[in-house]
Amino acid sequence: MIEVIKSGALTTIQDLGRPGFAQLGIPRSGAGDRGSLKLANRLVGNAEGAAALECTLIGPSLLFHDDALVAITGAEIPALLDGEQMALNSAFSAAAGSLLELATTSAGLRSYIALRGGIEAEPVMGSMSSDLLSGLGPAPLTAGQMLATGPSAGEVPAIGVAAVAAPADEPLLRVIPGPREDWFGDRALELLAKSSWEVSSDSNRSGARLIGPELPRVRSDDLLSEGIAHGAIQVPASGQPIILLADHPTTGGYPVIAVIASADLDAAGQLRPGQQLRFALS
Amino acid sequence: MSNARSIRRAGDRSVLIELDGNEAVQRLAAGLEASRSEGLEEIVPGHETLLLVWSEAAPAVAEVEQLISGAERSAKAIAEPDRIALTVRYDGPDLEPIAAFCGLSTEQLVARHLACDYRVGFIGFSPGFAYLLGGDPALQPPRLAEPRTNVPAGALAIAGPYTAIYPRSSPGGWNLIGSCDEPIFSAEKNPPALLTAGTIVRLVAK
Repeated sequence: MIEVIKSGALTTIQDLGRPGFAQLGIPRSGAGDRGSLKLANRLVGNAEGAAALECTLIGPSLLFHDDALVAITGAEIPALLDGEQMALNSAFSAAAGSLLELATTSAGLRSYIALRGGIEAEPVMGSMSSDLLSGLGPAPLTAGQMLATGPSAGEVPAIGVAAVAAPADEPLLRVIPGPREDWFGDRALELLAKSSWEVSSDSNRSGARLIGPELPRVRSDDLLSEGIAHGAIQVPASGQPIILLADHPTTGGYPVIAVIASADLDAAGQLRPGQQLRFALS
Repeated sequence: MSNARSIRRAGDRSVLIELDGNEAVQRLAAGLEASRSEGLEEIVPGHETLLLVWSEAAPAVAEVEQLISGAERSAKAIAEPDRIALTVRYDGPDLEPIAAFCGLSTEQLVARHLACDYRVGFIGFSPGFAYLLGGDPALQPPRLAEPRTNVPAGALAIAGPYTAIYPRSSPGGWNLIGSCDEPIFSAEKNPPALLTAGTIVRLVAK
């Protein structure tokens, strides 16, 4: 068992989500940075989609009651095991009685802690992910909570540290214009691509709100609600865009000017309040 | 050629298909569901659109066009839609002001609201939140200027052309005209949502 000593700012259980239910209003949910979740799982010999912990900005403190094999990926974050700094993107053993303490991320927002065997939780519609928009899946971690892991299955790979770049200071996210670029003038797409945008503190697992120049619309009528894709850049009446992330509502009535390329969705999941970013049209 | 008005890219894994009206959306959704092609992960109806999401790159527009034509052909054989009757009470806090807004007595509003044949157009906002189409054009109040921070589960609400029942307590900006005791969404049930797109809904006063 693993005892949660401190929960951190927001630590949830995440796997790769519950696809296939959007027509019922249920977001896919799952890890905000899927690549980092998969890597953490691979490093401890789990299936890529096993449930792990997703930490947000300030990580948790965990006390291991049994020996464990651990890997931490995603955002850059100091991780101390009984006071000793542990390498990220690498598996390490934690003996029974040891304390793992994560501090605050220095680049990126979301860190993943995978444990060999995977975190066990009650699956809801095939997934253990916490969907904070819908209130489906396990609740965020609280101090004093005990976590269980499942049986160990796969082989632990013989790699030291996986070579992955830390989240960029000012990421450049590729976007594909549309589906509603015609609700905006050409100038809006140009502004989107040429401006530097700041991530608002009013961001969460459903979306990252951006602060920057107003994106002018050429149509002022209301859009009939339509399905929205992960990574859609929705522009409400304020003209300030919102990037829709893992727990995004399945339909919406604001026009989507562009959608982030799937290869850059994980980087979008690492956007941190106060950070600057840019877009490139592709 | 398919009946799609347009096929728009929505990123590299999705396309948004614009159709003429919600019934065309239901037909195409049902046809695509019946002949589910590989890698097609989500089929998401909107009011007059259908969003298709693939687990990998979306096919080229010409290929999507073929997929739609095929689904429209197979959709002709689709069974009758589900029908459901829901018992409701007209006891919402906005009943009187909304009746006044529409220039009706509350009795007239209730009678007109009950007289409609509703159809679930699409689901969104929260799990199981069904947008019922087919409402009386005289009953189309705008949303509240200030959304409520807490609308109770089961609230019967109207806004613009839509009627809905809040599946669980949540913030909400619609006008509350009544309530319904039927559980609308339960993750433990299969299917978890009582109302799915295309279902014909009749409201019955308690």
